[in-house]
Amino acid sequence: MDTDKKPAIVIGAGPAGLCAAIELKKAGAPVILMDENSKPGGQLFKQIHKFFGSREHKAGVRGFEIGKELLAESLSLGIDVRLKTEVVGIEKGLKVWAVEDRSRSYTVDAATLILATGATENALSFPGWTLPGVMTAGCAQTLINVHRVLPGKKVLMIGSGNVGVIVAYQLMQAGAEVVAVIEALPRLGGYGVHTAKVRRAGVPFRCSTTIVRAEGKESVERAIIAKIDAGFKPIPGTEEVLEVDAICLAVGLTPSIELSCLAGCEQIYVPELGGNMPLHDQYMRSSVESVYTVGDIAGVEEASTAMEEGRLAGIHAAWSMGCMDEATMKRKTEETMGRLLSLRQGVFGQKRFAAKKRIVEQGAPR
Amino acid sequence: MTDIQLAGSARIEHHAILGDLEVAGEVTIFFEGAPLKARAGEPIMSALIAAGVKVFRYTKKGSPRRIFCGIGRCTDCVMMVDGVPGVRTCVTEVRNGMKVERQYGVGSWNTETETGDGH
Repeated sequence: MDTDKKPAIVIGAGPAGLCAAIELKKAGAPVILMDENSKPGGQLFKQIHKFFGSREHKAGVRGFEIGKELLAESLSLGIDVRLKTEVVGIEKGLKVWAVEDRSRSYTVDAATLILATGATENALSFPGWTLPGVMTAGCAQTLINVHRVLPGKKVLMIGSGNVGVIVAYQLMQAGAEVVAVIEALPRLGGYGVHTAKVRRAGVPFRCSTTIVRAEGKESVERAIIAKIDAGFKPIPGTEEVLEVDAICLAVGLTPSIELSCLAGCEQIYVPELGGNMPLHDQYMRSSVESVYTVGDIAGVEEASTAMEEGRLAGIHAAWSMGCMDEATMKRKTEETMGRLLSLRQGVFGQKRFAAKKRIVEQGAPR
Repeated sequence: MTDIQLAGSARIEHHAILGDLEVAGEVTIFFEGAPLKARAGEPIMSALIAAGVKVFRYTKKGSPRRIFCGIGRCTDCVMMVDGVPGVRTCVTEVRNGMKVERQYGVGSWNTETETGDGH
């Protein structure tokens, strides 16, 4: 690494962060990629389903295979990846305070900061929700696909969105029985392809239905579900008991914005993309100079869009650090924006596109 | 030890997409004093679940907890590890000889039993 030049620091080695670091390094910019986990890849390695999109988005390729490709690329480029490294502070002037392996604390002055901290799954509160056996859908997905253990044999899935149906199917692939998928709204929320696979396997879907409580002595033994009215109130007399030993919550995600708040980034509330998130422009620049924000922290979407956002920021940051000429930056940015646009089409994509447009319009005047 | 339900391994040996479980090094950890085999490189969380452990800790009011987010965000899964309370078992890798104990409330420091590198 060029030692007399301040590096770009990318925080979070998931799909967005990896792609940002790769673009920076390819342009010859000094870059450090930090992640608190002991392995890079973020949540890519638990995604064993095939991705959508066209071939240039790696459609048809499974998430964990994309993860392997990105790791191989970052390795061959020789990116300075610092694992087990938690960023605990960001001071003015982009001084990044990191703690390595919970024992060594140090600071690095960054020329550019790219925040790729991802999102956190939402909780759902109901009597019994703290019982062992109640967990987020992503938790179950990590256990079965990364660590190869089954957290339960009979599972109730709460939420019929993409995460709900994809994890329901993967639980079956791992050998569990999915007793039902319930959905509070009167209609299903996930992609048809994934929903249909679960339905074809015989799993009942219940719309306008909620969980009333979970019961069990030391862990979940049963779930009580009920129909709800238009005001989302359980309808007395419609309760039903399901014998399950695990309950998975697939009720959305919220951007992990803590570090962007520390950095002083202005936030915007966009419910369609998960809540509060840092305001950003079309190049993924936040309201703070030289701080970019990419992937789920900038609005919860998918790994494929996160990768393109990471590339956008990496390309722009490489140019702003003087490591890429303007013509190359413009060409690469245009290509990446084109791919991003085609990922934000269709029924689901258009809603995300409209929400993103709102953010960029507000984030643009500087 | 009677409350530990060793209901046979919950390990997923075969998988249509991921293939057979790769061979991994074997690590022995101690859960509540009892030896337990784990896979090298895995977090404490999955080793305990594979062994059928249902309860990782009790709150100070005696309410049982296991895991919730599984990726280090929520701290539902904290236990006493080598005498240190509040260790997130979902993001802490197993190590040979590691002592893992249920945590009651906020736990207590008992670093005399600490075996090594700090956690």
